[in-house]
Amino acid sequence: MNTAARRYPEIWQRRSLRETISAWLWTAALAAAAVWSITMLDIEWAFFSDAHLQAIDLAERMWPPRWSYLPVIIGPLIETIHIATIGTAIAYVFSVPLAFLAARNTTLNSFTWAIGRSLLVISRSVNTVIWGLLFVAIFGPGPVAGIASVAARSVGFLAKLVAESIEEADRGPVEAIESTGAGTGQVYLLGILPQVMPVLVGTTVYRWDINVRESSVLGFVGAGGIGLQLYASINQFAWQQVLVVLAAILLIVLLSEALSAYIRARIT
Amino acid sequence: MSAAASYPTHWRRPPAFFGTRRRYWLFIGGVILYFAWSLSTLNIDVERMLAGLPRALDIFARMVPPDFSKGQLLLKGMLESLQMAFAATLIGAILAVPLGIAAARNIAPRPVYLAARGFIVLNRTFHEIIIAIFFVKLFGFGAVAGLLTLALSSWTFCGKMLAEDIENVRMGQIEAVRATGAGFAQTVVFSVVPQVLSRTVGVLIYRLDANVRHSTVIGIVGAGGIGQTLSASFSRYDYDFAAAILLCIAALVALGEWFSDWVRRKLR
Repeated sequence: MNTAARRYPEIWQRRSLRETISAWLWTAALAAAAVWSITMLDIEWAFFSDAHLQAIDLAERMWPPRWSYLPVIIGPLIETIHIATIGTAIAYVFSVPLAFLAARNTTLNSFTWAIGRSLLVISRSVNTVIWGLLFVAIFGPGPVAGIASVAARSVGFLAKLVAESIEEADRGPVEAIESTGAGTGQVYLLGILPQVMPVLVGTTVYRWDINVRESSVLGFVGAGGIGLQLYASINQFAWQQVLVVLAAILLIVLLSEALSAYIRARIT
Repeated sequence: MSAAASYPTHWRRPPAFFGTRRRYWLFIGGVILYFAWSLSTLNIDVERMLAGLPRALDIFARMVPPDFSKGQLLLKGMLESLQMAFAATLIGAILAVPLGIAAARNIAPRPVYLAARGFIVLNRTFHEIIIAIFFVKLFGFGAVAGLLTLALSSWTFCGKMLAEDIENVRMGQIEAVRATGAGFAQTVVFSVVPQVLSRTVGVLIYRLDANVRHSTVIGIVGAGGIGQTLSASFSRYDYDFAAAILLCIAALVALGEWFSDWVRRKLR
């Protein structure tokens, strides 16, 4: 009687003693790692003392925006959108075969699967801007390098999601088409592709609006688009122009995001 | 009799998404027109592109074998990137709590909600590299600027995700805790926190992974980390060292992604 009653504590506790200790240990480990990270970065704290003054100074130099610069950047703005769109279109075309190669149920054998997977990893783990560095070295500065880098980064992004959706595709339609005597190509085209089309198109549209954002900075490494004008204006300390460019980037990124959200809402 | 003749004897695959074949062809026509227009405005020099191919081969030839002899420099850059990413995630996570509460429609007052959402949208629009430029101007070259850039973007990202989680919280648990006579703080700790915690940890892990990836590029504008080393090696045509850096970045990113997937699968 007495022993049974003793098992239940009088006061409710959310965690057991063990859980409490492990929670505190995790917190301590995180705090130690944070302190280690920050102290190792050898931060010059003196820069913080006048940062707010610098920021106010910068804001004053930016105002008022020099709207007369706007006609100069219309061309580069359109180029930025073109880089994103053409790059995404190229990635769309190449992502389909790559996705079939990298999906376990449609690839030829484990060797081709490994090739597909490693292409995915290479494409995805290098950032668009770093691809930009590489392609500027190859094609020279200009929008071609930008298009190539957008395509190189996006193809892995698209193919990874499409490959996952191929692996999850319903067997029913596939078997139905196989039973009509269709060859492998026809089965893929009519049985699997229609099933993954919504994912493919939805991800492409989503990637396109990320790409508009990415191509706004490709100009920093010389790969075309509005980034070139932004970088030049910053280097000339033409802060009133910088504000105009930033406003323009804000506008096109918000518009492309809204358009992409609208299209995705329509197709799913 | 006459009705039977109107059925086609051959099946043609109906176009996806468009409903009618006419709209499908209109779309295709639009795409072709767009490419004709965009390619004509980009003034792409085919000759220069073709000249790029042998140059690409030359660059790849010089990249092989990757030069790991400057291991010290490489290790220092990678470590700096990792530390920046880690510290930025923690700072962002701590700051995200008030921002998330302010940006949740169901608890924050309307003006606070609108201000917080506006701040989030403004920050999300600009690429990390653009933000990094400003921090480099304010705090000088080096890891501080990178740390602050990543912290700012983690702050708004985690704040947005947290706000959405708070908006989706179930009222039942909150009312149950409140009915025991709990005050506001107790209500939050015992009913809101348990509902959003596991998703928030998932978001943080994802963000850590994203920060590792971004920390490899913001160095291009001088914000520290391995990106700075990479950018320097490209501008010195030091391609075999660049290849070594790229391999390390790819390995780190792939590892980070694998870790992030693993943790989030465990959490579910």
